[in-house]
Amino acid sequence: MTLDIITPDRKVFSGEATSITFPGSEGQFQVLNDHAPLVSTLDRGPIVVQSASGQQVFTVDGGVVEVLQNNVLVLAEAIVA
Amino acid sequence: MASLKEVRARISSINSTQQITKAMKMVAAAKLRRAQDNITQLRPYAQKLSQMLSTVSAGAETASESPYHQIRQVDRVLLIVVTSDRGLCGAFNTNVVKGALTLISEKYAAQARSGNVHIMAIGKKGGEAMQRRGFKVNTNHVDVFGALNFGNVRAAAEEAMDSFVSGQYDVVEIVYNEFRNAAVQIVRAEQMLPIVAAEAPKGSTASVNYIFEPSEEEIVTELIPKTLKIQLYKAVLDSNASEHGARMTAMDKATENAGELLKQLRLVYNRTRQAAITTEILEIVGGAEALANG
Repeated sequence: MTLDIITPDRKVFSGEATSITFPGSEGQFQVLNDHAPLVSTLDRGPIVVQSASGQQVFTVDGGVVEVLQNNVLVLAEAIVA
Repeated sequence: MASLKEVRARISSINSTQQITKAMKMVAAAKLRRAQDNITQLRPYAQKLSQMLSTVSAGAETASESPYHQIRQVDRVLLIVVTSDRGLCGAFNTNVVKGALTLISEKYAAQARSGNVHIMAIGKKGGEAMQRRGFKVNTNHVDVFGALNFGNVRAAAEEAMDSFVSGQYDVVEIVYNEFRNAAVQIVRAEQMLPIVAAEAPKGSTASVNYIFEPSEEEIVTELIPKTLKIQLYKAVLDSNASEHGARMTAMDKATENAGELLKQLRLVYNRTRQAAITTEILEIVGGAEALANG
């Protein structure tokens, strides 16, 4: 599935991913291929992106995520280094 | 006619001024490109955010009941005036200040008379100008342009939103320069709070059955403040790009004017020089003739 992580300042990540773990405000959850349509708010915490080339971690300071037909879109307020 | 030395001094002084304005123009051009990039970066975020908000609020009822939608009797007004930190950019800052004053005298004259129109300054120039005119100016967030990023602007937006929700202000408006292109800026006044309900496009996205976590209502209440912050951030970025555009045009004009002035001065210089030479030759010829005759 394709994943885009964007903040108001820049595009942080754009590409393919096999599994993504989110710091949801109701608790951590994971999104795999063919996930049902979902909108969730995020808390401050790490987004773990698992892709063919390895694992990447982005720590976000709140945001929202939308999953629709294997397109995952994360609108993060800010990326904490 | 001015002496040769005087003219020479003026020419060299104008020359160095022209070099400065030329350099400033090029710096502004480079910064303008960066500022435009920033706006293009923000656009997809803003677009997706409002798209998501309309998707989610299609089913939620709370959208128009949030504290940010409350319409109260207008007693106290907060104007966020976005200007630049530096001058030498033509009428850029004057236009914003003028726009703010017109807005006050047209819409909030009564509140201004009782001293209830306050200013939040973003950018030093506007803060100073409004202070001189006797308004109470909040300067907590003047220097966002020092390091322009979303974090700084977010803090300013949060302060404005908090003071609206707590009832300290009944209306919040933003006055800023909207960026059209490098040469054209338009002064805009936008109401930030209470939120003016936008007409949502009907029936476009409602077909998908989303899972909402935690719930539609909570997501909407989370999204609304985000869009407000983005609204202010967009205004600040617009203003930043406009500033560099305005400075570029102003400095281009100044360089041109300096060139014109130099041309005229060179003409004067050469005329004076020729006149001096002619007089000298006349004197020598006259002297030689006098000797030959004697």
